[in-house]
Amino acid sequence: MHIVIIGNGIAGITAARTIRKLSDHRVTVISSESKHFFSRTALMYIYMGHLTYEQTKPYEDWFWAKNRIDLVHDHVKSIQTDTKTLLLLSGSHLGYDKLIIATGSRPRTFGWKGQDLRGVQGLYSLQDLQTMVDTTTNAKRGVIVGGGLIGIETAEMLYSRKIPVTFLVREQRYWNSVLPDEEATMITNHIREHEGIDLRLQTELREILDDGSGAVRGIITSSGEEIPCEFVALTVGVEPNIDVVRASTITCGRGILVNEYFETSASDVYAAGDCAEMQFPESAAPSRIEPLWYAARAHGESIARNICLERAAYARKTFFNSAKFFDIEYQTYGTVSAKRSKGEETIVWQDADGKRLLRIVYANDATKRVLGFNVMGVRFRQDVCTHWIERQTSVEEVLTELGAANFDPEFFPECEAHLVAEYNRQTGRNLVLKRKRSLWNAVAVLTGKAAL
Amino acid sequence: MPSATPSSFIPLENIIIPAGFSKPLVELSPVRKIALALFVMGLLVFIIGGTGAFTAVPLLYSFGSLGLATLGALLYLLPLFREYKPGIHHNGIMFSKVQSRGALAWMVGIGMTGFYVLLYWYAEYLQHCIRAADPLSFWLRGKAADQWFLYGTLYTLAVVIMGVRMIAKYRHSRYQIIRTLSVVVFQLMFAYLIPAWLQMMNQPEFYFTYFWPLKYDYLNPANVRYFLASPNQLMVFMIIWGMIMTFVATPVLTYFFGKRWYCSWVCGCGGLAETLGDPFRQNSDKSLKAWKIERWMIYSVLIFVTSMTGLLWVNSAMQGGVLGEFSLGYAKAYSFFVGSLFSGVVGTGFYPIMGSRVWCRFGCPMAAVLGLFQRHFSRFRITTNGGQCISCGNCSTYCEMGIDVRSYAQRGENIVRASCVGCGVCSSVCPRGVLSLENGAAKGRVKQ
Repeated sequence: MHIVIIGNGIAGITAARTIRKLSDHRVTVISSESKHFFSRTALMYIYMGHLTYEQTKPYEDWFWAKNRIDLVHDHVKSIQTDTKTLLLLSGSHLGYDKLIIATGSRPRTFGWKGQDLRGVQGLYSLQDLQTMVDTTTNAKRGVIVGGGLIGIETAEMLYSRKIPVTFLVREQRYWNSVLPDEEATMITNHIREHEGIDLRLQTELREILDDGSGAVRGIITSSGEEIPCEFVALTVGVEPNIDVVRASTITCGRGILVNEYFETSASDVYAAGDCAEMQFPESAAPSRIEPLWYAARAHGESIARNICLERAAYARKTFFNSAKFFDIEYQTYGTVSAKRSKGEETIVWQDADGKRLLRIVYANDATKRVLGFNVMGVRFRQDVCTHWIERQTSVEEVLTELGAANFDPEFFPECEAHLVAEYNRQTGRNLVLKRKRSLWNAVAVLTGKAAL
Repeated sequence: MPSATPSSFIPLENIIIPAGFSKPLVELSPVRKIALALFVMGLLVFIIGGTGAFTAVPLLYSFGSLGLATLGALLYLLPLFREYKPGIHHNGIMFSKVQSRGALAWMVGIGMTGFYVLLYWYAEYLQHCIRAADPLSFWLRGKAADQWFLYGTLYTLAVVIMGVRMIAKYRHSRYQIIRTLSVVVFQLMFAYLIPAWLQMMNQPEFYFTYFWPLKYDYLNPANVRYFLASPNQLMVFMIIWGMIMTFVATPVLTYFFGKRWYCSWVCGCGGLAETLGDPFRQNSDKSLKAWKIERWMIYSVLIFVTSMTGLLWVNSAMQGGVLGEFSLGYAKAYSFFVGSLFSGVVGTGFYPIMGSRVWCRFGCPMAAVLGLFQRHFSRFRITTNGGQCISCGNCSTYCEMGIDVRSYAQRGENIVRASCVGCGVCSSVCPRGVLSLENGAAKGRVKQ
């Protein structure tokens, strides 16, 4: 069987590798972005000079031939589901028995005036990075529109080049649509510690100005202010990159519509990662796009198992995500929403200089079971947090054992006792932290051994 | 919008960084400019003094060379505490001509290699340079300097000065601060001051932090017999100390903490790599091929040193009856090829080109022994935090031992590698908090 994968991002490559691990099917991966798989999450490090492009490749170039994964560096022009063939930009045709579409996302725009000018771009692909390198070489100011993860990464990139930045954020605080107020405030303050970054909250983009030659010369904000700049990054989110799929017979909504098996409307055609929109006809839950690197990896693996082993519905594991906001690391496990919903209680601690924070969200009922964790400037163990969430452990048990979740390096100060004290203060309880950071303690929690 | 759509389809083989983009942005402050000038002046005075120009004024030569260079280097580095924010800021390393194998890197490498060649085989050309270390030598040892004292002085200065830089750079991490202080103190005390004081007191020059197989002559039959038979209790202690370190401390401490207890906390070679070598750590080769070469080489050296010591003992037991001169020649060959050429010339001289741990990775028999224990009989591992790895490659890139850390991290596996010296930089540079050096149950560390 010949399995063709469009897109060599994390979804497509994980599918290819898993198929190879599980079977002897012929595997071909097509990409117009790069010849070899590289880590998209590392684009910012290439720009900042931490890594070279070569170093962002997780596998050496010989890996693909050795594992019999054929790489085609070309662009798919059309998908013919009736004849099961792809037409490529180079003019050649490629037949498939099974097709996996993993074309990812592209930066979203909202039809702003001037959004197609030179110097205006999103940041998603290798080509975007090259464009950004070229346009910012002599830029005197950059404007970033959109306070999300890509936005702050772009700010850090420009900051590393000492290019002054105006950072437009629609919300009251940075990423306040996702982060609760304390976390959002902490990052907002941290952004403002960086000289040369002009953070404008509750400010949006009105239009982008042309210098007369088709390049950007500035922008006008929602408050009417004009800001001169040579570079504008549009980082207000992403949308599925599926023009070629829309032109085919495959049904699309916002993304490529798939069921819980990643099957599209066309037979033997699957879609995975950012470009897939999953529907749940039986449960009547709303359809969902998961534009997350981690999710795409899980999708790729799930499809490979569906094809090579047995058809099984995609089971989303306990949510997790991570990011780094300049120097503050962030990890989240389970459900932590920006605004506390009914039936939820939360406990939070942060240190005096605003660089570390711990938060636990738990059910406001008799079980007091933990629902989620947010940690900033502190590292927590995914397996321990997930274990507690999945076993619906009560917040009080979690608090007494909390040190077992700490994943900071040796000698780092442990802060779990502060959260326990905060809980005691708020509830009048008298809990005592019984476990400190250690691998032994983490294993003890995971294997259900009682604290000493 | 530029994205991978047909209209903007630009096949890229690589990201092209234009020259204008990669030129350094950091304008040196006046203080740092003066500091750099002082350092270069000190270096020049040191080199010019090699012609014998300053033999008449030894104290002035010493201060004008070593003193000036040290002052300049410290003044240059101390502002880092103000200018370099706590955290990982490897900005521009891949554009740097010194740190990314540019022309300057080759010049530094050739200069360092040349110095080692003179030091080991043509020390007569250094006779005037050696005088720069005389004042220190008289003060610490009560006698004139020789080439090895000069070398020890330069080495220790490099560890101390670049240790300051290391601490400035990684000061957000207590692990890195404490570990760097440890290597600096061990070098300064146990590999420099104490051996010097021992000589002052007419005791043998002895290094308590080096033992067999790195310090191969500490288990030579001639030495063992001579020290053990000595009426001097300190000498008896020394030789027994060396044996305890080799046969007891090595397996026991490695079992509990991994080889890092020695390689990145105590050892002088490691100390130099972790301080002077830090700017070059990213230049180690991460390929599978390099790993294969590494294993062949390092275990060959281990076999070489073990057989050498074994031969010397057999020969000694038979009073030279069977092997005659062969074992001595064998030992001389080891001393030349491994002791001088490999550990010195290649090991340090090639820092800017092959990374900071060339010797530790490809040659050191001590690392080989510690590595075997670490891989097969230890509680140490680098833990991966679940599925949080984003495959960015910072860990692999900044691993001085050339371990492809990412290849394990992205599979969610522990990293249990013989070569890992436990410097902890992979954990420090990880932007997602995925890696941690930990000691836990020895069983089940490695995924089967």
